[in-house]
Amino acid sequence: MPNTVSSPGVLSGRLPASKVTKNFSDLHEPFRNHEASVAADRCYFCYDAPCITACPTAIDIPLFIRQIQTNTIDAAAKTIFEQNILGGMCARVCPTETLCEESCVREVAEGKPVEIGRLQRFATDSLMKSGIHPFSRENSTGKKIAVIGAGPAGLACAHRLAMYGHDVIIYDSKEKAGGLNEFGIAAYKSTDEFAAKEVEWLLEIGGIDLQLGFELGKNIHLNELVKQFDSVFLGLGLGAVNNLRVNGDDLENVSDAVQFISGLRQSDDLTSLEVGREVLVIGGGMTAVDAAVQSKLLGAETVTIAYRRSKDKMGASTFEQELATSNGVVIRENLNPKSIIGNGKVSSVEFEKTQQTSEGLTSTGEAVMIAADQVLVAIGQALSVDEERLEFVGNKINVSSSGRTSCSGVWAGGDCVSGGEDLTVTAVAQGRDAAEDINLSIMG
Amino acid sequence: MANLSSEFLGIKSPNPFWLASAPPTDKEYNVRRAFDAGWGGVVWKTLGEDGPPIVNVNGPRYGALYGADRRLLGLNNIELITDRPLDLNLQEIKTVKRDYPDRAMIVSIMVPCEEGAWKSILPKVEETGADGIELNFGCPHGMSERGMGAAVGQVPKYIEMVARWCKQNTRMPVIVKLTPNITDIRYPARAALKGGADAVSLINTIASIISVNLDTMSPEPSIDGKGSHGGYCGPAVKPIALNMIAQIGNDIETGGLPISGIGGITNWRDAAEYMSLGCGNVQVCTAAMTYGFKIVEEMKSGMSDWMDEKGYTSVSDFIGSALPNVTEWQHLNLNYVAKAKIDQDSCIKCGRCYAACEDTSHQAISINDDRMFEVINEECVACNLCVDVCPVENCITMEPMKPGELDTRTGKIVLDEYANWTTHPNNSGACVID
Repeated sequence: MPNTVSSPGVLSGRLPASKVTKNFSDLHEPFRNHEASVAADRCYFCYDAPCITACPTAIDIPLFIRQIQTNTIDAAAKTIFEQNILGGMCARVCPTETLCEESCVREVAEGKPVEIGRLQRFATDSLMKSGIHPFSRENSTGKKIAVIGAGPAGLACAHRLAMYGHDVIIYDSKEKAGGLNEFGIAAYKSTDEFAAKEVEWLLEIGGIDLQLGFELGKNIHLNELVKQFDSVFLGLGLGAVNNLRVNGDDLENVSDAVQFISGLRQSDDLTSLEVGREVLVIGGGMTAVDAAVQSKLLGAETVTIAYRRSKDKMGASTFEQELATSNGVVIRENLNPKSIIGNGKVSSVEFEKTQQTSEGLTSTGEAVMIAADQVLVAIGQALSVDEERLEFVGNKINVSSSGRTSCSGVWAGGDCVSGGEDLTVTAVAQGRDAAEDINLSIMG
Repeated sequence: MANLSSEFLGIKSPNPFWLASAPPTDKEYNVRRAFDAGWGGVVWKTLGEDGPPIVNVNGPRYGALYGADRRLLGLNNIELITDRPLDLNLQEIKTVKRDYPDRAMIVSIMVPCEEGAWKSILPKVEETGADGIELNFGCPHGMSERGMGAAVGQVPKYIEMVARWCKQNTRMPVIVKLTPNITDIRYPARAALKGGADAVSLINTIASIISVNLDTMSPEPSIDGKGSHGGYCGPAVKPIALNMIAQIGNDIETGGLPISGIGGITNWRDAAEYMSLGCGNVQVCTAAMTYGFKIVEEMKSGMSDWMDEKGYTSVSDFIGSALPNVTEWQHLNLNYVAKAKIDQDSCIKCGRCYAACEDTSHQAISINDDRMFEVINEECVACNLCVDVCPVENCITMEPMKPGELDTRTGKIVLDEYANWTTHPNNSGACVID
C-alpha cells in the first residue's frame, strides 16, 4: 500500500508524482504577452521613481516597462541586465513586496502595485530564451582577478569584470555554480533548472574560468591568491549553520533546514524525498518558510513553524508568512525551544513561552509541547572563514561602501559582508559595485 | 427622470442619440438591433445612384490608434458608401421605418453632382417614409476621387447648388453633412444655408494615415502592400468637431442653423458637451463600433441623471448653453489669475507634475526628500499642464485668486475688473479707454 500524508514516520512518496509536480510548479506563472501589455500599461513612468530607489541594484524600472509597452522587449531586458546581470533570478526570488512593488505609487494609491517582478521576468526570460547574450567583452587588459564563490555576488562581480576585459577565475567549493540560487532558493521559485541555465548564459560573456571544488582555507588560500592575482573578490556564502544547542539536537530526524532545501533542489525525483508526517520548523526567516512550505508540498500532514519572538519580528516578509499559511503551514510565535525529546528518533519538542518585556525577551514560565517526527532547524547561518588578514564586524567581513576589505587588493560582497540585507539582489549589487571599484583600482 | 425626447427639424425621436451613417446602419439587421437596444434614430448608410453597386476592398478597411490597455482612441477607415443594391436598401428602410415609427430614420445620399441624379433618387427615398435626408459631402476617401463626398464638400458653391436641388425636389428635411477637411468650416456651412438646407451635421471623417507598418513600409490598413488615406474618427477627433460646431453657432450668418453633432461621441458627457455648444442632437458611430449598441443605455441614464441634477427637464433646456461662453482669445479676461494647488492627501507622489513643469514648463513645482510636491506660486503661470498629466483626478486644481490678493509671480495685486488684450498696454493696436 503506498504511503499517504497520514502514514507515520519520515517517508517518501506521500503524494502521487503528478501532485508533487503541480505543487512545485512556478509560484508566479510567467506573464503571457497580453498580460504583460496590460500590466505594463499601468506604469505611470514616475519622475525619479521610488521603485528605482527601492531596488538594491537600482534598475531603471519605468524605462524597462516603457520598453515593454513599446514592444521592444530585448531593450527592456538590456535595461535590466545593465544594472543586474542576475535580473532573471531576481525577478523570481526578490521579495518585491518589500522592495520595488512596496514603493510603487500605485501600491500607495490603490493597494495594487505595477507587477514589476513579473514584468522583469517577462523581459529577461524573453531575451534569455532567444539565446542572446546582450553584452560583449572589451579588449583583454591582461589583468587577472580571482573571485571566490560562484553565488550571486561572485557571478555579478565576475561578469562586470569580464565586460571590462579582465580575465576572471571563479573558485567555488560546490560541485555546481550558482550558490544559494542553485542550492538555497525554494524550488517553486526557480523551476526548470533556471539557476544553472542562468549561470551558463552569464558565462557567455567570455573571459571567466569557472573552477569548482575549491574552498578558501582548504585548497586555496587568500595570501597566495593575493600574490597570484591583480585583485581578489570574496563572494562567500554563509557556510556554517547555527546550532540549537539544546538537549536532543542530535536525535534522528533533526536536521538543518538549509541541507533539507539543498537536497530538495538537487533532487531529480521529488517523490523519492523523505518528509515527516508532523514537521516542525524552528526559526523565523525565509529559510524557515521555504523549508516549511516545501515540506507541506511534499506531503507532510502538519507543518508548524515555531519562532521564539512575535510574528512581526520574523525575518520572513508578510508575503512569505502568508504564502506559508495559505499552504497550510501553522506559524506559532513566542516559542523558545528548550529540548528535543525522543527515543532515538525525535517525537516532540518542548518550548517555553516567551514575551517581549523591557528587559528583552523573557520566559513566561509556561511550557508547550509540540509533537514532531521531523525537526528542521533554520535559526540562521554564519560565515565560516578564518582569515586573520580580514577585519570583521560581528562575524561578517567589514567592507567599505565599494566593497573594499581591510586587506589591500581584496574586495568582498554578498552574504559574507556586513551591512545590507542577505538578499540575492543585494549580493548582485555589491558584486557589481566591487567590480567597478576593482576596475578603477587596477586600471587607474 | 428628465425627458430625453428630442425634436430635430420636426423629426421626433425618443432620445437625441442617433447612429451616424456608417457601417452600423448599412442594413436592416443592424438597424433593428440598434432600435431594439434603444437608439433614438439612425442615419442609414449612404446610398449611391441606381445601377451596379460600388465595391469595397477585400482586405482590411480599418486602422486604429490606441491608448493604454489598447483602448481605441481613433479609428480610420477606407470603406466606401453602401455596396448593396439601391432597391434592397430602400425596401429595408421602408420596412424598418414601418416597424419603428417612433424612431428617426434619415437616409444619407451621395450621387454625382448632376441635378438629374438627385432628381432621380429623391422620390425613391421619399417613398420609403424616411423622415429626412443627409447629403454626404464629407467622405474624404475613395468617393472623393470620383467627384463626390468631400470633393463636393470642399467647394461651397457645389454645396449650395446640390442643397438647392434637393430642397426643390423633395419635401423631406435636408441635412448637409460637412467635411472637416477644409480651412474654415463657416464657408461650407454658409453655403448649405444659402442653398436652403434645413441643418448641417458635422464632422465627417478627417483625411488621415493612421499608421505605417515598419516591416513592410506600407501605410495601414494595408491592401497588398499599399495603403491610401482614410477617414479618421473616434474620441481623438472630438476637440476638432467641437470647435467647428462652435464656429458655426457663433457665426453671424449661420448662427441658429440646426446642427447634428458628430465626432468621437462615446458617452453621455460627450453628447451633452456637443449639445451645450448648440447641437440639437448627436450622431454616434465609433463608440458603437467599438463597444456595441448597448452603450446607449449609459448615454441615456447618464444624460438623464445629469439633467435631473441640474434641474433641466428637457434637452432644449441646455442646448446651446455653452455657446455664448465661446469667445475669441482677445476677449479673455487677463485680470483673471489662478494658481495650481496640489492636494497632498490625494497625491500619490508619482512626480509627473514635477517632470512636466520642471522639464517643459515653468519650474513652478518643488520636490523635497520625502517626494512631497508643492507649487511655487512665484513661478506658477497656471498653465494647467500639471493638472492634465496628473493621474489622480482632482488632486491638482487651478484655484482662482481673489481680487485684492498679491500675485507673487508678477508682484501685482489681482484686480476685480475685467480687462483683455484689446485694451492691454502691450498691444500696440489697443484702443485707449479713458
